[in-house]
Amino acid sequence: MRNRRKHPISPETIDRVFKYTAIAGAIPVLLLMVGFLIQLCWNAWPAFREFGFNFLISVKWDPVAGEYGALPAITGTITTTAIALAIAIPLSFTTALFLVDAPGWLGTPLSHAIDLLAAIPSIIYGMWGLFVLIPFMQLYIQPRLAWIPFMGEDYNGFGFATSGLILALMIMPFICAIMRDVFRMVPSVLREAVHGIGATRWETAFDVTMRYGKRGLLGGIFVGLGRAVGETMAVLFVIGNIHELPRTLFGSGTTIASTLAANFAEAEGMFRSVLFALGLVLLLMSFGVQIVAQWWLIYAVKKSGGYNG
Amino acid sequence: MVEHGFRRRPLFFRKMADILSRTFALLSVALAVSGMIWIIWVTISYGAGALSWEFLLEPTRPWGLPKNGVANAIIGTILVTFGAAVIGVPPAILGGIYLSEFGKHSQIGSFMRFCTNVMMGMPSIIIGLFVYAVMVVPTGRFSGFAGSLALAVIMFPVVMRTTEDILLMVSDTLRESALALGMSRTRTTLCIVCRSGRTGLITGILLAIARAGGETAPLLFTAMWSDAWPTRYFSQPTANLPVLINEYATNSPYDEVQAMGWGAALLITAAILGMNIVSRIFFREKKHG
Amino acid sequence: MDNEIFTKQCAAMPPEKVKIAARGINFFYGKNQALFDNNLDIAENKVTAVIGPSGCGKSTHLRIYNRIFELYREQRVEGSLIFDGSDILNSSVDVLELRRRIGMIFQKPTPFPMSVFDNVAYPLRLHFKMNRRETADCVEDALRSASLWDEVKDKLKKSGLALSGGQQQRLCIARAIAARPEVLLMDEPTSAVDPVATAKIEELILELQKRFTIVIVTHNMQQAARVSDYTVFFFQGRIIEFDTTEKIFTNPGKQQTEQYITGRFG
Repeated sequence: MRNRRKHPISPETIDRVFKYTAIAGAIPVLLLMVGFLIQLCWNAWPAFREFGFNFLISVKWDPVAGEYGALPAITGTITTTAIALAIAIPLSFTTALFLVDAPGWLGTPLSHAIDLLAAIPSIIYGMWGLFVLIPFMQLYIQPRLAWIPFMGEDYNGFGFATSGLILALMIMPFICAIMRDVFRMVPSVLREAVHGIGATRWETAFDVTMRYGKRGLLGGIFVGLGRAVGETMAVLFVIGNIHELPRTLFGSGTTIASTLAANFAEAEGMFRSVLFALGLVLLLMSFGVQIVAQWWLIYAVKKSGGYNG
Repeated sequence: MVEHGFRRRPLFFRKMADILSRTFALLSVALAVSGMIWIIWVTISYGAGALSWEFLLEPTRPWGLPKNGVANAIIGTILVTFGAAVIGVPPAILGGIYLSEFGKHSQIGSFMRFCTNVMMGMPSIIIGLFVYAVMVVPTGRFSGFAGSLALAVIMFPVVMRTTEDILLMVSDTLRESALALGMSRTRTTLCIVCRSGRTGLITGILLAIARAGGETAPLLFTAMWSDAWPTRYFSQPTANLPVLINEYATNSPYDEVQAMGWGAALLITAAILGMNIVSRIFFREKKHG
Repeated sequence: MDNEIFTKQCAAMPPEKVKIAARGINFFYGKNQALFDNNLDIAENKVTAVIGPSGCGKSTHLRIYNRIFELYREQRVEGSLIFDGSDILNSSVDVLELRRRIGMIFQKPTPFPMSVFDNVAYPLRLHFKMNRRETADCVEDALRSASLWDEVKDKLKKSGLALSGGQQQRLCIARAIAARPEVLLMDEPTSAVDPVATAKIEELILELQKRFTIVIVTHNMQQAARVSDYTVFFFQGRIIEFDTTEKIFTNPGKQQTEQYITGRFG
């Protein structure tokens, strides 16, 4: 007679298997991060070997002659991002304040409307920019403002100003949603305390609420920053695609992402490697932004010590 | 009562600042909302003209031929996007479960969370480049599958994060009472915790799909574009709406082709906004129900 | 019925100056009425304690005096509150100046996310034009008055949040008195604070009383008996009794008051 009894698989084993399956599900994140770096470095290496680090500071761009410089694209990315943030941050801040203070029947639908703004695909922004905003800028806005220094006498609707505007509209809902959540979390006792010493609504928001939520607000700004740096389609259509350093706001230029999108499909050989090199620069910029953001969020928590209220 | 002998700050300026900030806030909101309305209005008005049964049912053909539509692109988009969901969502959910159930206080967990947040901010075009280098170059061909891979990479950290957030909102007491009844960790997580958060999870997945569906850049070098029906998903470029919009609207001089681009734009915007609205309503109802 | 009590009190009260006079106060949260026909005189430079069981409206009543309830749309009040000759509840009175003259301390300590110095200096910077020297003097003055100076004088740059609970509450008191208000409203100021700090704060109240008019809401009857000159007993939104503290605690006029004092309900 067989003495064996069939033991069911023990719960501990099931749990362990489950846990490792879950870890297996999470691992791709790690692999992808590392993989990105490796792949891009590998493919960009020929370009760096050929041009060295001069590549990063050169402004020559002549694919036919084999001359490549990344500086216009890099500065273009920085410029459009800076313009976008300069517009989007105050806009998001005041909108978030409005949404939090507004009565329910007004605040809720507006919140949802702004969330929908975030859902619109970026290529639609690009198309709207190309077909609608550019003529609008060219006909109504730019003629009136061209006299201001740094705006640029030479305008055609394309360029950094338009790109910055569209990017601002794209990143605003993200920053605004995060800021709104931060403001909601301010304890009402604190709000009452500030009003209690005779501060106006604006003073309350600017002097205290902003400081209280500083960590979260900056987190939101980093999210917007990250998106603006990498945005491709919306900028591609309106930046003008000229490899020149940014000189005026109304002038045309390029960004890393739009250079990649415009040229990659037809590029071969060294050109392709150059584009990978540009991609690597963008990747490092994004990584940099994200890592600084994460470090800030974690470090700043330790410093402020939280609120006892 | 000792009064301060100090000069007072005039109330007028303080009140002015308050009113100005209030006005500015109102203007900001108006700007944002009118921007949104403008964009949607433009999409509808430019795109509605191209909509017709022919548009929806006929595949794309080179310019000049009759019976031009975008049906193959519609099917291609659905194929590529849902393919991405099949590839990307299950591991993401598992990863999110790991972060919330097992990785809350461990160092590995924090590191994973950090990596997820970093990945969420990756530019989609870099993801396209990566999949190109990893998939298209070795196999030598563009394919819808490569496109799905790229979109899956985009969806993955998003779904992982939302899963973690939703599951963290489930109260610990629920977990503890299940474990106290003698349920295994696995059963607790799958049958109790996940079920409790399933509305949020579904919403998160739908929103991630909607977001990936609108992405163009990663498809530019992976799924590319084609005039054919998407029958060779794994080995041939697959038609899809975003790249079609890119081609038709910006790379073609013909008015009718541009109009078709707008029509496609209207389709994809309507689909994505629709998914968003439906998910939000669905989630809100369940929350109060 | 309330009026009858009230005129009786007026006759019983020694002829002290009335700082704030509440007449016919009715308060509503949306459609629900929370306060019914409150009439009260707050005496100058005295401590008036407001006692009563939870939810009886004492905090609600207190929050009318500096119009802090106006932050919430559904809350509104009827009646009048005479302070210094004018009706506070009349919208022509400037609320910013009112809140400088009538300060408030809350149940939970609420230091602002700034340094200790900036916390106390904030109301000064809001309302006055002062140079650095003057600001520093006033801040030191306020911190001394709040019995906090010795403990924080070398920590002025540290965040207000880094102090202990009792210190934070005294910081809030220093902040409240920095701009030289005339009235201090205290809403259960020691309920979130440990007993040692509670004793310190009660001592502080007795000191501050010399310069300020104080109205303190408390659910701790012994505290009321210790620090106040006058006591008001609230029940279900109505003022049941209002008299000198001595009288209320030794020989209350109304049966309800007596039942509450002796702990019959609470």
